[in-house]
Amino acid sequence: MKHFISTRGIDSATAIRLLDTTADMADVRQRDVKKLPTLRGKTVANVFFEDSTRTRLSFEAAALALSADVSTFTSKGSSVSKGESLKDTVQTLESMGADFIVLRHCDSGAAATLAQSGWINAHVINAGDGTHEHPTQALLDAYTLRSRLFGDSARGRNLAGVRIVIVGDILHSRVARSNVWLLATLGAHVTLVAPRTLMPRDIAAWPVAIVHTLDEALDEGVDAVMTLRIQKERMNDAFFPDAAEYTRFWGMTTARFDAVRANTLVMHPGPMNRGLEIAGSIADSANSTVRDQVSHGVAARMAVLYTLLGEDAS
Amino acid sequence: MSTIIRKASIMGGDPADIRIEDGQIVAVGVNVGGADVEIDASGLIALPGLVDLHTHLREPGGESSETILSGSRAAAAGGFTAVHAMANTSPVADNANVVDYVYRKGLEAGYVEVRPVGAVTHNLAGESLADIGAMARSTAAVTVFSDDGKCVGDSLLMRRALEYVATFGGVIAQHAQDPRLTIDAQMNEGAMSAELGLAGWPRVAEEAIIARDVLLAEYTGARLHVCHLSTAGSVEVIRWAKQRGIQVTAEATPHHLLLTDDLAQNYNPLFKVNPPLRTRDDVEAVRRGVADGTIDIVATDHAPHGSATKDCTWSDASFGMVGLESALSIVQHALVDTGLIGWADVARIMSTTPARIGSVDGYDAPLTVGSLANITLVDPSATTVWGADKLAGRSTNTPFTGLTLPGRVVHTFFRGTHTVRDGSIVELSQAGNA
Ligand SMILES: [Zn+2]
Repeated sequence: MKHFISTRGIDSATAIRLLDTTADMADVRQRDVKKLPTLRGKTVANVFFEDSTRTRLSFEAAALALSADVSTFTSKGSSVSKGESLKDTVQTLESMGADFIVLRHCDSGAAATLAQSGWINAHVINAGDGTHEHPTQALLDAYTLRSRLFGDSARGRNLAGVRIVIVGDILHSRVARSNVWLLATLGAHVTLVAPRTLMPRDIAAWPVAIVHTLDEALDEGVDAVMTLRIQKERMNDAFFPDAAEYTRFWGMTTARFDAVRANTLVMHPGPMNRGLEIAGSIADSANSTVRDQVSHGVAARMAVLYTLLGEDAS
Repeated sequence: MSTIIRKASIMGGDPADIRIEDGQIVAVGVNVGGADVEIDASGLIALPGLVDLHTHLREPGGESSETILSGSRAAAAGGFTAVHAMANTSPVADNANVVDYVYRKGLEAGYVEVRPVGAVTHNLAGESLADIGAMARSTAAVTVFSDDGKCVGDSLLMRRALEYVATFGGVIAQHAQDPRLTIDAQMNEGAMSAELGLAGWPRVAEEAIIARDVLLAEYTGARLHVCHLSTAGSVEVIRWAKQRGIQVTAEATPHHLLLTDDLAQNYNPLFKVNPPLRTRDDVEAVRRGVADGTIDIVATDHAPHGSATKDCTWSDASFGMVGLESALSIVQHALVDTGLIGWADVARIMSTTPARIGSVDGYDAPLTVGSLANITLVDPSATTVWGADKLAGRSTNTPFTGLTLPGRVVHTFFRGTHTVRDGSIVELSQAGNA
């Protein structure tokens, strides 16, 4: 694997290997010496055309834990031609020695374009591209699920038979897309939940079940509910009437939480709108994986860097 | 000077000789005498010079991607003898000065007849009518009006525009795209846009505007031309409108006759175009629409873009493809070689009918004695591996690179002037310099 752009097309064996490598990296982070020398002398450039402090810090921590040098470029993409500045920016960073480009961009496909354009030779890691994918988020989510469900016997396992509900703005969610492909590859049963306005059209070929209210999805019995962040401006574009109605039909409320099996996990990629898509008390409950997800994010990103570097050796 | 074209198959029919003198066809048949220049056209098909109703020449304002001269050469290379230059230049062709400038530059270039299209609204803003009467009565004598690139979305303004343009005997060519249904739209809305996370351009945004516009055309009694229709539903709406006797004509582009939205898979902006590439079902429906006459013409929507506007992310890239040089090959590939139409139909959909819609003189009796010597000779048995090296304009944004395409334009005559000889563009001494 030269680049990490999408979870689509990653085969099951590779997915399990990435999860196991994430487990190795999580172990490293429990040790006294929390660093590996793997990327000594290598430079990881974080190129963020879209603000995301938490994702950027997570990638920086991962690179530092592997002893890489880290450089960071942030821009809100305000220049007249974003495309030209993407090309110029990454070429500049590569000539300054970047071996890995971690790209966050508001345009879907930006990371794929970078990987295919011939502009650079560096490894490209997609840290979120528009409404397309966020594959390291999916990796950390799958790892979080696997370790919470299977504990010490998690290593080497897939997620066969695990029932996961993803609820929220599927249409605009890169987290949802990356999770759908990876979870399905790992054998999980995925149900997507959204009003029709926030569900993409023509997704009959996706390896998922589709329902339109959260209650319907929860009736089936589930192992985990992944709530997505809902952007409040969607209300202004008539995707749904208002926050109260969103919460009523698609929010993870305490009433819904009380009705599901006691060990159901509740996930959220963050940042959360407490009280809108998820009740604050649920986010802070023992069933919540929110803090695990943040912590596993570093391990998952270390695993991706480690795996891509392996490509250079082989 | 006289020229004889020997043994050309006239629109795919029997071979005959064509004698040209003083820019006119003076004899067609078997005993047409000798001439100063003789061209062996055995194995070649003679078509009337092709007429493009939808060309972006970019001048004034976009000369880095195309000029009237470079676009005229690309047109000649593709077998065209007339093109309609769309109004979305900078400044916009919304007044007599700009259309006369374009018209004059076309005459100076001398490769094809350049017919300026006038804007429907000032600055394509969709708010107030452009100087329609002044453009109609200018030297360029504009008859086709279009805000192409943008849709005349406002229903009242469209009604008035249809009525006002009809006052001067012109036609509105509508780029059918409901603006509100296509905010930030990037590609066809469907399975591929769902996977790629690109904002969808739904079929209904085109079909709803066409449906509204044919009803407005019926109500006002005005003529309507629908640009580049791209969906199966649009073909149905046009078919219904024609059955009702509404004065509507419709065009399809070569790329919508061949390419589909799954080409967006790798986010290669060469496949980004407006309206977007659709699905296989749409392509089949558009082909059948051309074959049964529902769609009247094929027009290129030749849209040159410099590499910087395609060497970027998909969302950042400009919409559009060049298409003049490849149009005839794509039509042969998609429609003739599939048995859907014959060469006489090619002459109809790429020359006679677009000339009639655009009120271009000299195309109503193709390849007959007394008509202007606008002639394209094509070798239907040639094949070409397509690539940027086959282009004659300033920009290289062709989506067909790597495809093996049939047919090759071997000679083009524009009013008797040899503009393409043995597949190469003839260097004309520019009229402006002569
Ligand atoms: Zn258009």
